[in-house]
Amino acid sequence: MLLVENLDVHYGDAQALDGVTLEIPERAIVAIVGANGAGKTSLIRAIAGINKPTRGRIVYRGDNIAGLPSFKVCNLGIGQVAEGRQVFPTLTIAENLAMGAMIPRAKANRGRNLDRVYAMFPRLAERRAQAAGTLSGGEQQMLAIGRCLMGEPELIMFDEPSLGLAPAVVQQVLGTVSDLNREGITCVLVEQNVAVSLKLASHAYVLENGRVTLSGSGEALLGDDRVRQAYLGI
Amino acid sequence: MSFEIYLNVAIAGILTGLVYGLMALGLSVIFGVVRVVNFAHGEMMTVAMYIAVTLFAALKLDPLLMLAPIAVVLFAFGYLLQKSVINPFITRPEHSQFLLLVAVAIILVNVQLILFGPDAQNVQTSYAYDSYQIGTVIVDATKTYAALAALVVATALFCFFRYTTLGTAIRACADNYTGALVVGLDVKHLYALTFGLGAACVGAAGVMLILIVDVTPALGPAYTLLAFVIVITGGLGSMPGALLGGVLIGLTEAMAGLLFTPSAKSMFAFGILVLVLLFRPQGILGKRSA
Repeated sequence: MLLVENLDVHYGDAQALDGVTLEIPERAIVAIVGANGAGKTSLIRAIAGINKPTRGRIVYRGDNIAGLPSFKVCNLGIGQVAEGRQVFPTLTIAENLAMGAMIPRAKANRGRNLDRVYAMFPRLAERRAQAAGTLSGGEQQMLAIGRCLMGEPELIMFDEPSLGLAPAVVQQVLGTVSDLNREGITCVLVEQNVAVSLKLASHAYVLENGRVTLSGSGEALLGDDRVRQAYLGI
Repeated sequence: MSFEIYLNVAIAGILTGLVYGLMALGLSVIFGVVRVVNFAHGEMMTVAMYIAVTLFAALKLDPLLMLAPIAVVLFAFGYLLQKSVINPFITRPEHSQFLLLVAVAIILVNVQLILFGPDAQNVQTSYAYDSYQIGTVIVDATKTYAALAALVVATALFCFFRYTTLGTAIRACADNYTGALVVGLDVKHLYALTFGLGAACVGAAGVMLILIVDVTPALGPAYTLLAFVIVITGGLGSMPGALLGGVLIGLTEAMAGLLFTPSAKSMFAFGILVLVLLFRPQGILGKRSA
């Protein structure tokens, strides 16, 4: 579905990604694991069109989308639940959700998608007129996911969705990821919670210093000594 | 001097101040969303004033009737300026944005000098000397029309931002730039729209002001400065703050002209700015930045 080939990303002189190649198959959950600064967020932002890659290709359903602006990438069905949630704090929940449906592909079914999001997260429906900045971290994460779903994505990239959330909420967020996957949405999961994300994932990649150093099925990586030592502390 | 004179001058000052407020509103909207300070703001206003003067001289078109068309022209000017020249500068350091907009300002002033010369020009409407008498208070008709038009435009802008999806999208860009990219908003297009709206505001204000003051190319820089004083006084990024700041500065200028001498009016406007910076640096209606 999505193929990343020899991708380089630079910030000024600093190189964030160095020849990254990976594949996201249709309907999979693909985990991307790595330490802070390994390039996970850079990879997601490059695919989303927020950072321009300096080299390489990003092929989505047969077309090279590297270098397209983010609003065009979103309109192809590549959604993102970004690190830090990135809700609009002074806008109401309803307005935040409406912003998710500004891309042309999402306009036709806007009403139906809104009902679906409110059914999925009743808390958002209760507080629809409230400013997003007043929500708790967990509620903001639900809003970020709901806002992404308003854009009718076929692929969602989750960047640290459980960061800073209470354990019970983490379970709910990760449960949502597997629910969405079961409904047919392809998921890319970047998680600090390595053990859980590898259990969820059908495929996984390990990023180190901007390079892919290891890849395989989630289960295989869970059993890999290097992964166990570096990320699971076993 | 009788009390009526004070009241008359105060009302005239408030009415002019509303037009100032609309001008400053344009600056505030552009800064609040695009985070670029429009150093060519007053110069864009004189562009609108010269268009109004030219249309009046050639075709006898009343400036108030030309308000909407001229605002549309300024909108297009602002949109294209942002899209072509300013957008590539968005991620550059502030001093290079400053140089860019100062360059735009200098170009506008000198093109106006070439086209219209340095002499003051104005329009002579049939209602230029009309006034209304309410009790003992005499209110200038042109100032009343201008102030009402300013209120209508400001209200329309406020409703656009509050109640339309497009306006909400612009607020979203101001609220969280990364968030706007993440959900797939076309930020550069929305920035250009915002700059266009700010330019339309100042254009509309210019058309109203041509009923009150004469235009010269040198007026542009003076009004850029005035717009800054108003916006900083009212609170940068606050829409009601810009209007309130405009009224306050308009009132101060009028009273200073009456109580001291008209040439001292700017001194008092800057005095207010200094007081605000000392005691309420975020502006009267501004929010303290975190």
